[in-house]
Amino acid sequence: MEAPARSPSPHVICEGDWAVLKRGDVFKAVAVVKRRKIVFEKQWFCLDNAIGHAYGTSFEVTSGGSLQPKRTLEEMNPETKEAGTDNRNIIDDGKSQKLTHDDIKALKDKGIKGEEIVQQLIENSTTFRDKTEFAQDKYIKKKKKKYEAVITIIKPSTRILSTMYYAREPGKINHLRYDTLAQMLTWGNVHAGNKMIVMETCAGLVLGAVMERMGGYGSIVQIYPGEGPVRAATSCFGFPKTFFDTLSEFPLSKVASVLSGTFSLTPLPSECEKKTPVAEDKNGSGDDKELSLPEVEMECSPKVAMESGQLEDQEKTEFASDALDDQAKGTTHDKQKKQEEKRRQLIAAAALLKNKDADGLIVASRFHPTSLLLLLLELVAPSRPFVVYCQYKEPLLECYAKLREKGGVINLKLSETWLRNYQILPDRSHPKLLITGGGGYLLTGITVKKESINTSDCLDEPSSKKRKLQEHQ
Amino acid sequence: MSFIEYGDTIKEGDTAIVFLGHESMFPVKVQHGGKTQTKYGVIRHSTDLIGKEYGSKVTCSKGGWVYILYPTPELWTLNLRHRTQILYSTDISLITMMLELKPGSIVCESGTGSASLSHAIIRTIAPTGHLYTVEFHQQRAEKAIEEFEEHKVGHLVTVKTQDVCKNGFGVTNIADAVFLDIPSPWEAVGHAKLALKHEGGRICSFSPCIEQVQRTCLALEEHGFTEITTSEILLRVYNVRTISLQIPDLGKTADGNSSTGVDGGSLSNEDALCPNLQQETIQFKSGVPLKEMVGHTGYLTFATKNLF
Repeated sequence: MEAPARSPSPHVICEGDWAVLKRGDVFKAVAVVKRRKIVFEKQWFCLDNAIGHAYGTSFEVTSGGSLQPKRTLEEMNPETKEAGTDNRNIIDDGKSQKLTHDDIKALKDKGIKGEEIVQQLIENSTTFRDKTEFAQDKYIKKKKKKYEAVITIIKPSTRILSTMYYAREPGKINHLRYDTLAQMLTWGNVHAGNKMIVMETCAGLVLGAVMERMGGYGSIVQIYPGEGPVRAATSCFGFPKTFFDTLSEFPLSKVASVLSGTFSLTPLPSECEKKTPVAEDKNGSGDDKELSLPEVEMECSPKVAMESGQLEDQEKTEFASDALDDQAKGTTHDKQKKQEEKRRQLIAAAALLKNKDADGLIVASRFHPTSLLLLLLELVAPSRPFVVYCQYKEPLLECYAKLREKGGVINLKLSETWLRNYQILPDRSHPKLLITGGGGYLLTGITVKKESINTSDCLDEPSSKKRKLQEHQ
Repeated sequence: MSFIEYGDTIKEGDTAIVFLGHESMFPVKVQHGGKTQTKYGVIRHSTDLIGKEYGSKVTCSKGGWVYILYPTPELWTLNLRHRTQILYSTDISLITMMLELKPGSIVCESGTGSASLSHAIIRTIAPTGHLYTVEFHQQRAEKAIEEFEEHKVGHLVTVKTQDVCKNGFGVTNIADAVFLDIPSPWEAVGHAKLALKHEGGRICSFSPCIEQVQRTCLALEEHGFTEITTSEILLRVYNVRTISLQIPDLGKTADGNSSTGVDGGSLSNEDALCPNLQQETIQFKSGVPLKEMVGHTGYLTFATKNLF
């Protein structure tokens, strides 16, 4: 697209948007802000020029850090007419490239376009003409990747963000691979109009994926451990504000009280949480924070300081400062209003949960799943699906056994998906790499009405059959 | 009941899933006066089903019981009557995410086949999206329309009976995503491009054979699609079992040697001393892979149509 569209359209990059930068297979989520320096793949630039262009536009980074839109990505058609048939006469003497490092650096410093550098490298390679057609192709691709920095700006989506997180910060999302997340959304029957319960410690990625699939219809209660929900990845989706109207949050520590009917609305939750037992609770929650929050951080490499990572920190400091403010009893009008709002939300979420009629449960956390499931399944209506993710298989084995014991669930299935990517090129098709193990495991099932007695006889597998199976082992 | 909106009680005209046990279930159309035979005896719709809550246990005439489940696209996929080979939920999940489907998406699909994927798409794009599905087989198309009406999602889908390779999808510049599951997808790539929105969209083609994939990828490239990737997804299901393994009898020399390397074992000296005693075992839980698993369904090729 040449002329930037003037009317703001969802397809046009606007200031304030969340966008994803793509170079090759590498992604990075950024907020579109004018005059902000962004470092991506060892290059720095500003997004100013990108504003007004359509999503999907490719840009070239110029020396001044500005982006120049690049039209079609013309497939390189160099004179591949001349090519060898095999490599019997190609000797690695380290002298096939006549350009020296300094020559190349000089070219780069002159601000010569990447494609021209690649062309020069080809011309100065003595062995290029003797290489097979395929080898020439590979050579060009490799050089292009290095010297031609083309960045595409795309719209965030679950596809993009889950791929990005798995590649960049798998520790932050408990190594939940994107195909596993895809299974969760399907097996959870996540769709518009649902009343979902989500408990996750995946930086808000799973929450975002659920929100995308619900499109602002229905309601979601996010159950959070500790001080508050982490939604760094959720914000990368750039959802409209209306989506957040359907989202509420509720502390995990209070779910049991809702179930037992002892959840009380009389004392201000903010008070009972933070003020009343000042000394004790302050210490308690402080410790909690020390323990739980940095733990998430530890697992991921701090080098890749993503935009979202920064945001997460912002969020945390926000929580922290909230607590501080409370302590310093800065009871300005604003703060009171905020607390009132928080309280209202808490009550609303409790009311949603109290009915125990949720349409589904999605769990993906760093915690042991068994106790979580036994508790949270109480909130779900009968004949509804639930999905639990765990990075490891063993806790799900136990969870499976405990759920069977307790009853109220059927069609329990423990599974894992394998994903294989392929290189498809004429006469050169083969599997690329096998990712396995690291994608995590799922336990899925369907809730049913619980019979008060007779929990021992389970429908799925008569005990006689079970015994037989064991004998076969 | 509708496939896009949960309901609590079973009503006349609903499609409900009768769950007999592990991997054993079937769909039933609930009708006043209707009867359904199961191995546990008969279920009488008027008294046993209508008005009851989904997820309830229903006792059949012979005293056995079943659960009645709300129909989801996933349960439907496992229970529908095959008119063709169908796509299962593992592939469907990846397709849905990689095509970026969500409420409001406009999707083109061909062929409709047994409408396994169609139901999943409709569920995801409801209430504001629309599915245009093309099936050149008259009978299959009609059956699909019938099912969509029965499942109360007819307003979200348009079924066309035509050859997608010759006549395309019958719509232009409208789709956010296109899905192809036909023998020669490369012949439909041009039509897919036309169906997709001017500003772009996503495409997926499902093919069992690598030769089909190669031709499709070439066609996609020729038509200017980018981000062309091909993948394959495999589902591994595990049976949860408690396994007992015997501890080998290492003979008397092992006596008193506590470092037999058996962790948590219940070997005691006393036992080991008696030659006739029962062999000791160690129990543990294991996720045992199924004896056989689906090794290949098809390759999924995804690509993006750009603005230019």
